[in-house]
Amino acid sequence: MDDDAEIIAEFLVESHENLDQLDRDLVELERQPGSRELLSSIFRTIHTIKGTSGFLAFNRLEALTHVGENLLSKLRDGEMEMTGPVTEPLLSMVDTVRALLGSVEATGTDTAAGVDVDAVVAALRAVLEGGAAVWEEPADAPGIAEPVTTPEVDLPEAEVTEVELGDGDGPPRLLGEILIERGVVTDAEIAEALAEQKTPADDDGEPRRGVVDSSVRVDVELLDSLVQLVGELVLTRNQVMQRTENVDDIELVRAAQRLDLVASELQEGIMKTRMQPIGQVWSKMPRIVRDLAVQLGREVNLEMEGHETELDRSLLEALKGPLTHLVRNALDHGIEQPADRVAAGKAAAGRLLLRSFHESGQVVVEISDDGKGIDPDLIARVAIERGLITRDQAARMETREIVNLIFRPGFSTATEVTNVSGRGVGMDVVRTNIERIGGTVDMQSQVGIGTTCRVRIPLTLAIIPALVIGEGEETYAIPQANLVELVRLEADDLAGSVEELAGAPLLRLRGHLLPLVSMAEVLGRARPAFESLTIVVVQADDLRFGICVDEVHDTQEIVVKPIGRQLKALPTYAGATIMGDGRVALILDVPGIAHAHAMAQNPRSDAAKATGEAESTALLVLEVGGGSRAALPLREVSRLEEFSVDRIERSGSAEAVQYRDGILPLVRLAPAIGLVESVRDDDQVSVVVHESGTSRIGIVIDRVLDVIDVTVVCSDVGRRAGVLGSAVIGDRVTDLVDLDAVVALSGAGA
Amino acid sequence: MGQRSQYCTFWVDGLFFGVAVSGVQEVLRYQPLTAVPSAPEAIQGLINLRGQIVTAVDLRCRIGLPPRAEGDLPMNVIVRSRGEVVSLLVDDIGDVITAQDQNGGDLELEAVPANVPSVVQDVVTGVLALPDAVLLVLDADRAADVSVVPETTGGTS
Repeated sequence: MDDDAEIIAEFLVESHENLDQLDRDLVELERQPGSRELLSSIFRTIHTIKGTSGFLAFNRLEALTHVGENLLSKLRDGEMEMTGPVTEPLLSMVDTVRALLGSVEATGTDTAAGVDVDAVVAALRAVLEGGAAVWEEPADAPGIAEPVTTPEVDLPEAEVTEVELGDGDGPPRLLGEILIERGVVTDAEIAEALAEQKTPADDDGEPRRGVVDSSVRVDVELLDSLVQLVGELVLTRNQVMQRTENVDDIELVRAAQRLDLVASELQEGIMKTRMQPIGQVWSKMPRIVRDLAVQLGREVNLEMEGHETELDRSLLEALKGPLTHLVRNALDHGIEQPADRVAAGKAAAGRLLLRSFHESGQVVVEISDDGKGIDPDLIARVAIERGLITRDQAARMETREIVNLIFRPGFSTATEVTNVSGRGVGMDVVRTNIERIGGTVDMQSQVGIGTTCRVRIPLTLAIIPALVIGEGEETYAIPQANLVELVRLEADDLAGSVEELAGAPLLRLRGHLLPLVSMAEVLGRARPAFESLTIVVVQADDLRFGICVDEVHDTQEIVVKPIGRQLKALPTYAGATIMGDGRVALILDVPGIAHAHAMAQNPRSDAAKATGEAESTALLVLEVGGGSRAALPLREVSRLEEFSVDRIERSGSAEAVQYRDGILPLVRLAPAIGLVESVRDDDQVSVVVHESGTSRIGIVIDRVLDVIDVTVVCSDVGRRAGVLGSAVIGDRVTDLVDLDAVVALSGAGA
Repeated sequence: MGQRSQYCTFWVDGLFFGVAVSGVQEVLRYQPLTAVPSAPEAIQGLINLRGQIVTAVDLRCRIGLPPRAEGDLPMNVIVRSRGEVVSLLVDDIGDVITAQDQNGGDLELEAVPANVPSVVQDVVTGVLALPDAVLLVLDADRAADVSVVPETTGGTS
């Protein structure tokens, strides 16, 4: 129905434009009756209206224009002469068409009773059949020209009285008062007539403005320059607001507040003018999908939702390319050949769903298909082959992370390069382009069921809300879109919640480990000692981390301005803005910072965590390296042993003990995971015996602390040789030992 | 006489530079700078030029000269370079001069003398032997390109 409404609106605007032209043409035609050119133009106009009204099932409009068209074609072909009696019914037809269009606009149908189509049709027929038949003015002809929304208030003829409206000296008087005074009508009649006069108007008392009067075409450049000017206005407003904060002049403060309000509303209004529905991009998709489907031999049903979702036109422009690419990918890599689909028990025709909607100040666009999905094992294998990740990394990654590897540069699994996709340059370009406009892209897939690609983009780029922070003398802005929360830690809490793991600080925040990076580090300086901390928790893609800042000022609407080419290469900054005091402040690029600090390599999302939480693992928690905690999966531990120190024998640099009729090579855990071996004076060593296949090794630890059955939420913090990462186990940050790496060290596991 | 080249002149650590007036947007007194941490050294910061954000490149640093004495504020020569506006920070502004000799004859642009340090040659298209001084004609595009800043700084004066 929305689609129809849109088509009808377009039809109305177009037809009204054409009718204006038609009026001019008809009048001109009377002056030069023989002009074939004018007749052809009129014919075309009526023909177009006829065609569209037939399509939209406006039958009366169609019937009327059909007769008119016949007459016009005769005139055009010279079979009839354009004379006064012929022109009259034609003009009358134009008026009637206009009245019908008015009816369509007001009520959505062309069935308005106030418009007499039959009389006009009859008159046109008469002209057609009888040549120059006598043209009789239809009784209600003047009424036809009036839109149906203004019915006349009928008074019986006898009651129409001439009324003197006074000589102008007295106060102006209402017509009704005069009439009552003279006894022409009663109070009740006046009230009734007034009520009747009001009915055509909408309930709110405002007459409904027609489609034609309610829109104008505006040059895009003019809009762009208005946006720029509003940006300047917002900055100036900010400056004025800052200056008037401590001023006693009440009038000035009031004026500033008004300025504040007006500027905000103006900004909102101007931004709206730049908003365009995503339907503009959607409208191109059926053709693209059809062509691709034919080319690739696929059958696809395209469904689209959320045409009306609006976003800034510059963003819309930037979104076109990536979206088209994602749609292509869905067809090429997602939806299978019809035969394969049937074999897999699906309908032969695949389903491609494009959806867009607003969510928390962002626009979300989803592209889902019900194709074969993305096989994480295949992706992992290709990624390892291409050297994008190591086998170890692949083993530790979760399915969703693996799937999103397809956005890495140089990745393509297409076995052959088609001219649609498969060159391995596509998806990283998609991601780069989406990130360039401040968006994110995420892929979720289930093998055999389908793939959903979710693109999030901001509504607008020009003016964004941001958190302003202070670092020393400097001021920086963090876009609100990246902001999650603010955490303040005083000195007392600091020791308890912030720990360092292999030099990397992390905060324990509600049971999760949050990597921390200080503003100083972000800016390429040395990390200062923490005393008390203000942490801005930010989110970039799937990664959440904390930036420690000196001061948090406030949130402001800032105008994003580009920075020079010399600075574009710096990952830290997204742009710059001008603060209330006229100084320039840099806008931090949160994803850029995450990348620059190598935190985004293994992003982890809440969803990923949620799936991880399903499994709980039994862990052997041990102490190693004089007080550090580490954990091993219990299933990898075959025995715990204590050996007396003097049983340890050496073979070269390797240590071993005789154990169960064989040799048990020993590896000391502390150096293997990058810690310093503690000096101990016990005459016993604790050893964890690990068996794999026929070989076994003994891992020397300080002591066993506990066995805990726990849900491991692994964090990348502290990841290094021999350590997979860390997790909070028993309320302490604990290294998760990479057993394979430790075994490899002993040389026995191979 | 026709169209003689005109140059906006300025001093950087005693060196007399000129840049074609056609490429100069304006000349400004010292403007407050916002530092850009982790940017190339020659980028002194950003200035707010009537709402436009302009990168300020310190010419001293760019051509390997010692930094300005504490308290000496640089002047801004705002030039257009590759579609952007860039501020060149200089010590002092000179006059706008026309390239002519004592008798009013045209002066030809000469190649930079070979013994001028290469970092200076790098940003200069040539020299003009004016009656009372030698003018180094600056290539604003290359001066504004800071990816090629020399690692070592060697003073020339």
